[in-house]
Amino acid sequence: MLEVSNISVNFGTSEFIRRLSLELATGEIVSLVGPSGSGKTTLLRAIAGLQPLKSGRISVASRDVTEVPTHQRGIGMVFQDNQLFSHMSVFDNIAYALRIQHLNKATREQRVSEMLRLIGLEGFGDRTTMQLSGGEAKRVAVARSLVAEPSVLLLDEPLTGLDGELHQRLLTDLSVLLRNRDTTVVHVTHDHNEARALSDRIVDIRSLSK
Amino acid sequence: MTNSRLAYRSIAPALVLVPVLAVAVFVLWPLLNIFSQALSWDVISRLANNSSIRQVLWFSTWQAIASTLITLVVAFPVTYVLARFQFIGKRVLLALVTIPFVLPTVVVGAAFLAILPDSMHRSLAAILIAHTYFNFAVVVRMVGRRWEQISPLINDAASTLGASPFTIFRTVTVPTLATAIRSAASVIFLLCFTSYGVIRVLGGPTRATLEVEIYTRAIQLGDLSGAAALSLFQLVALGSVLWWWIRSSRGSTPHARIQMYATIPHTNRQRLVVYGISITTALVVALPLVMVFVRSISMGNGISLSAWRSIIGNHPTGLGTRPPLQAFWTSLQFAIATAALAGVIGLAAAGAIAYGSQRIGRLEALFMLPLATSAVTLGLGLLITFDSGITDLRSRWIMIPIAHSLVALPVVVRTMLPVIRSIPPGVRDAAATLGATPRHMWLTIDRPLMARGWITSLAFAGAISLGEFGASSFLTRSTSATLPTEIARLLARPGDLVQTQAYVLASLLIIFIAAALIAVDGLLPDRVSL
Repeated sequence: MLEVSNISVNFGTSEFIRRLSLELATGEIVSLVGPSGSGKTTLLRAIAGLQPLKSGRISVASRDVTEVPTHQRGIGMVFQDNQLFSHMSVFDNIAYALRIQHLNKATREQRVSEMLRLIGLEGFGDRTTMQLSGGEAKRVAVARSLVAEPSVLLLDEPLTGLDGELHQRLLTDLSVLLRNRDTTVVHVTHDHNEARALSDRIVDIRSLSK
Repeated sequence: MTNSRLAYRSIAPALVLVPVLAVAVFVLWPLLNIFSQALSWDVISRLANNSSIRQVLWFSTWQAIASTLITLVVAFPVTYVLARFQFIGKRVLLALVTIPFVLPTVVVGAAFLAILPDSMHRSLAAILIAHTYFNFAVVVRMVGRRWEQISPLINDAASTLGASPFTIFRTVTVPTLATAIRSAASVIFLLCFTSYGVIRVLGGPTRATLEVEIYTRAIQLGDLSGAAALSLFQLVALGSVLWWWIRSSRGSTPHARIQMYATIPHTNRQRLVVYGISITTALVVALPLVMVFVRSISMGNGISLSAWRSIIGNHPTGLGTRPPLQAFWTSLQFAIATAALAGVIGLAAAGAIAYGSQRIGRLEALFMLPLATSAVTLGLGLLITFDSGITDLRSRWIMIPIAHSLVALPVVVRTMLPVIRSIPPGVRDAAATLGATPRHMWLTIDRPLMARGWITSLAFAGAISLGEFGASSFLTRSTSATLPTEIARLLARPGDLVQTQAYVLASLLIIFIAAALIAVDGLLPDRVSL
């Protein structure tokens, strides 16, 4: 499904990722682990098309997307610090991608309501993002990406900064949400327990470079 | 509420006393005087039935709207470049685009007289161009400051949700900037609606804003009650816009130390955009300034330094006995006195608003009043209030620095407020746990953290004084002429030498203000608030 072949990423003259390869089957969830600065986030950004490659190739469902701009790749991403749109309500944040897909209002409302129910935030649609707690904001960020039904979802340390109980609860919820879909997921984390709970396979990023 | 916050709050009422007194005596009282002269049905009906007054009102309004829209559009590309990119020469470009805003309006008017063909002198186009040039910096500073705080990750997030660059601009960037754009538009509208120096130099006899009409009625026609009635009308109009501005910018006071996201241009396309827009902007901004210098050494059909020699030699112009350079020294003294007065009063006002209760915080609107009043109305009010008896201050030297300080007060307050508010209360609490008294706290935490912002506000107050023309044209006497009033006087007279001398004085003013601004911008990493 997702194939990353021999990619290298440079920052200036230094090579940050060197000839890295990774393959994921459809619906597979892979957790990437590794120390800080090992290039986990950079790899996600490269897959999303937010970080130019020096060399290599990325394909999704056998389609080469290496040169395809981010917004046309169909790859969703949940950012470490959510990056919710503060000028929009919770509803509008989740509906953002649906609006871009020109779905009609009724469909948008139905899908956003369904998503709000799935993440346990029914009745939160009219709230501003500033009125959300850390855990609620994280759920909205995940919902915003999932509602567009991307074929690949990238999770960049999605549960970092949440305390013990909340972390555990969201981990369970996230696991259920992802298992019920056929989405291929690359999940980046420092936390081996989180990786074990969420993914089918755990990969140390340092083992991926030739 | 922590102890340190309570200690600071307790001094707020004392802090606010001096600025409230200053505004009450030197703004509110003169305004009440204007009201008492204007509130006569005869005067109001005479003016309401006067078709030329209706024409002045209409012209003031629509040229201000047109100037605002043109300025927003023209300034947008360079605002984008300065907010989103880090590049060689950025600081210089930022200082350069700010220079027109702090230049005296008469100098901007003179610059466009020097640069535009004769056929465009005294034309509407000249006014709109000069207003755009003058207010460019408002967009760059106000919108740019917000723009540089938008994380590129938010754009990345939109991009991963399928938004194209244009969709991101439309659905994320513009709505995020909306408050800043509204604020900038309000400020530009206020400045253009009350345009005075530019209109006096470039407007000609057929185009007058309310400000110019107030001056004409008060000084040239001796119709003080008519001038007062027009001032009253203007005050209501400006007050409404100012109220809208404060409301629309509520809650958006920028955090002085918020993260900035400017990046180095990576691709060739980005480099082309950044350097193309930067160089074009620099040339457009610099050209009128350069032309002022060129005009200062052009006499007849050739180059001559005689105007510079006559100014530096401090010879009288033949238009009177005073040497033109005297205006330079007078302006300098006024600028220093204004910086001191506005610096102290503005700091006290900003401190009281930031530290004090919500009730004291509401006084922010009072300190913005001089902005709504306009310099001409302020000058007129001071002229008719402090003209006789024990309050006869008109002939006193201090009257002009007082007027200039009041004009500068809103700028000082708006510069200092975000600086003071950005000091985290937790730092003071930490100092308190280490044994610092409130006085120690202020000396060791607040004072060093706000020092650089304060120096910036002093420089701005000084620059405002140097360029102030509206109030000065009411209050200066022949012995206390300032550079702008002297430049306007010389420009209005015939004779090549006299006209060229005006450009020499304008050149000196440009050098002085540009040097101060570049020094301040070089000293201070934090952005200056407008």
